[in-house]
Amino acid sequence: MSAQSPSSAHDFIGKEYKAGFVTDIEQETFPPGLDEAVIHEISKRKNEPAWLLEWRLRAYKRWLDMPEPTWAKVDFEPIDYQAISYFASPKGDKPKSLDEVDPELLKTYEKLGIPLHEQEVLAGVERDQDSNRVAVDAVFDSVSVTTTFKEELRAHGVIFCSLSEAVADHPELIQQYLGSVVPQGDNFYAALNSAVFSDGSFVYIPKGVRCPMELSTYFRINAQNTGQFERTLIIADEGSYVSYLEGCTAPMRDENQLHAAVVELVALEDASIKYSTVQNWYPGDANGLGGIYNFVTKRGVCRGARSHISWTQVETGSAITWKYPSVILRGDDSKGEFYSVALTNNHQQADTGTKMTHIGRNTSSTIISKGISAGQSSNAYRGRVRMNPGAMKARNFTQCDSLLIGDRASAHTFPSIESQRQDAVVEHEASTSKVNEDQLFLCRQRGIDGEKAVAMIVNGFCKEVFRELPMEFAVEASKLLEVSLEGAVG
Amino acid sequence: MKLLEVRNLVAEVDNKQILNGVNLTVNAGEVHAVMGPNGSGKSTLSNVLAGRPGYEVTSGSMELMGSPVNGMSVEERAHAGLFLGFQYPIEIPGVANMELLKNAIDSQRSATGEQEIGARELIQRVREVAKELQFSEEFLKREVNVGFSGGEKKRNEILQLMLMQPKLAFLDETDSGLDIDALQVVARGINAFSASDNAVVLVTHYQRLLNHVDVDFVHIMVNGELVKSGGKELALDVEARGYAEFLRS
Repeated sequence: MSAQSPSSAHDFIGKEYKAGFVTDIEQETFPPGLDEAVIHEISKRKNEPAWLLEWRLRAYKRWLDMPEPTWAKVDFEPIDYQAISYFASPKGDKPKSLDEVDPELLKTYEKLGIPLHEQEVLAGVERDQDSNRVAVDAVFDSVSVTTTFKEELRAHGVIFCSLSEAVADHPELIQQYLGSVVPQGDNFYAALNSAVFSDGSFVYIPKGVRCPMELSTYFRINAQNTGQFERTLIIADEGSYVSYLEGCTAPMRDENQLHAAVVELVALEDASIKYSTVQNWYPGDANGLGGIYNFVTKRGVCRGARSHISWTQVETGSAITWKYPSVILRGDDSKGEFYSVALTNNHQQADTGTKMTHIGRNTSSTIISKGISAGQSSNAYRGRVRMNPGAMKARNFTQCDSLLIGDRASAHTFPSIESQRQDAVVEHEASTSKVNEDQLFLCRQRGIDGEKAVAMIVNGFCKEVFRELPMEFAVEASKLLEVSLEGAVG
Repeated sequence: MKLLEVRNLVAEVDNKQILNGVNLTVNAGEVHAVMGPNGSGKSTLSNVLAGRPGYEVTSGSMELMGSPVNGMSVEERAHAGLFLGFQYPIEIPGVANMELLKNAIDSQRSATGEQEIGARELIQRVREVAKELQFSEEFLKREVNVGFSGGEKKRNEILQLMLMQPKLAFLDETDSGLDIDALQVVARGINAFSASDNAVVLVTHYQRLLNHVDVDFVHIMVNGELVKSGGKELALDVEARGYAEFLRS
């Protein structure tokens, strides 16, 4: 270590968005624009069956008639959907093994710390710990590059592959479940995704199986002027368990890029799905130029009795986040959870939260939301808890805390509770505070650099959510928080 | 060696002048007590010295370890060896005591080019000190001051003092709100810390802490000035007669 203090202010300033590089490879990109011909072409590239093409075209027709949602507390210039390219893929056929993958692509994942070789592990994780193995599906722009540990998972009956492969190899599952949780016409962005979705991950955990390792998908946007429209479908059959994580990054560019994904989770009787997200899309620069529009629909359905779906998200990236991972609690005694940390800095805007829809008896849901706003950013929590007439003795607990850093950032809370049950128990706690000057002074008086101190205090504020993350990602998340807060203390 | 020299210090908070020309010299190996009634400016003196935002020096000078503190940040003053014991130690939810201690010690160490403290060494040292201050093992896991009683919070300040080993400790009303047992524990900690190469300034309202800590100098602060200095007997004098005579003068 040098004599220079690693925690002095100048070490924080100039720390950049680390994933902001561009991979220089030959790519095939569709010309900008969207019409039926483009959808035909996407479907053809993927050798899709006729029913899926029709499914896409139906979604496209619905999309054409749908208005863009305007209710969110975000502000942006209208998107020109004809100026976006809807498909980008590294040139050539899909590699059959890692040896065939373009070395530039491999380098990209190496730089990002994502292990594509099975003997590797995620950066920062002890090597010999068997329990820490993570299977990765790597999605680069519109296609999946590779999926690791497929064979080993297969031995347990677990299917983990790209959605395109699943369409070919497991059409019955896709036909049964695709769009069953997020219908095509659910909302404008979901309809668009249904029409043009390119790749994403597919997971099926058979009855009674506890998935032997963490599954993860790493999304990377690389191509310019393209949108990314991935789709993930996870099905946990009766009595099964899976923990799944997604991460995402993109190059630094001056123009905004659209990412409109759909994630569907299905938990059958006694099944449990834990879904964690560390979202680090490029947030734009300090002046609000560039960054990803992250307009995502995520929903899970607890179909069976005693099933359990838990969403944990750490949102630090994106210029705009519009995202409400939700749970439909249909099975009796089912449980839904939403743990969220959303941090906005500079000119970022986030409107995020959840919907918990209680249908079954004795269903319960927990919402813990931590919003941190710094710079001139805007951060909104939007939540809806609904107790349907049949949801006997349904319970919800919501805790929604906002932390403001500086005096130009804003925090907003839009909770809504609709209960049609007398016996429902709904608790809502909310707080808004500023980073406490006395806490900051205590840390600084103990010699801890101001920026480091703020990061430490904010990390403490988020503790309840971070402890829901798998260990290695919790470490990652708190580091990310620190980087994202850079320059937030004046 | 002179650890602190304050000359004609005038300072204000919210445009209100609180310190009206303070003079104070503290040498290594000394223990001082600054006593005075509420609102006399005792806490302001500690905060001004530490560079707390909102406390403005309008004239006069302060030197820490022979260097003027003018222009030094809060952190730099801490790195120079100044430690402030807080009157009302604040809670930091979600942040473990150990995390605060590690960051604090490491920041001091990196300022002097030393290596970070290893986890094992840290835990061992914290255990030793915690035992002296009668903290249970469980203390190591707790969040900074969260759910601590008033006495525990004050003992936690002393724990930080003993682990960080600053050159100059300014302890602001560390004795207030303590029962006699806690007071003795705190006093033992201060006595254990006190050495020939450091100095302690006890800022206090009452004389009772001085029954347990040997002080070399007592200063009486009234209306933002140190109006009288003397030995230990001065504290007893004040205890017997109050601050009235100084207020009149």
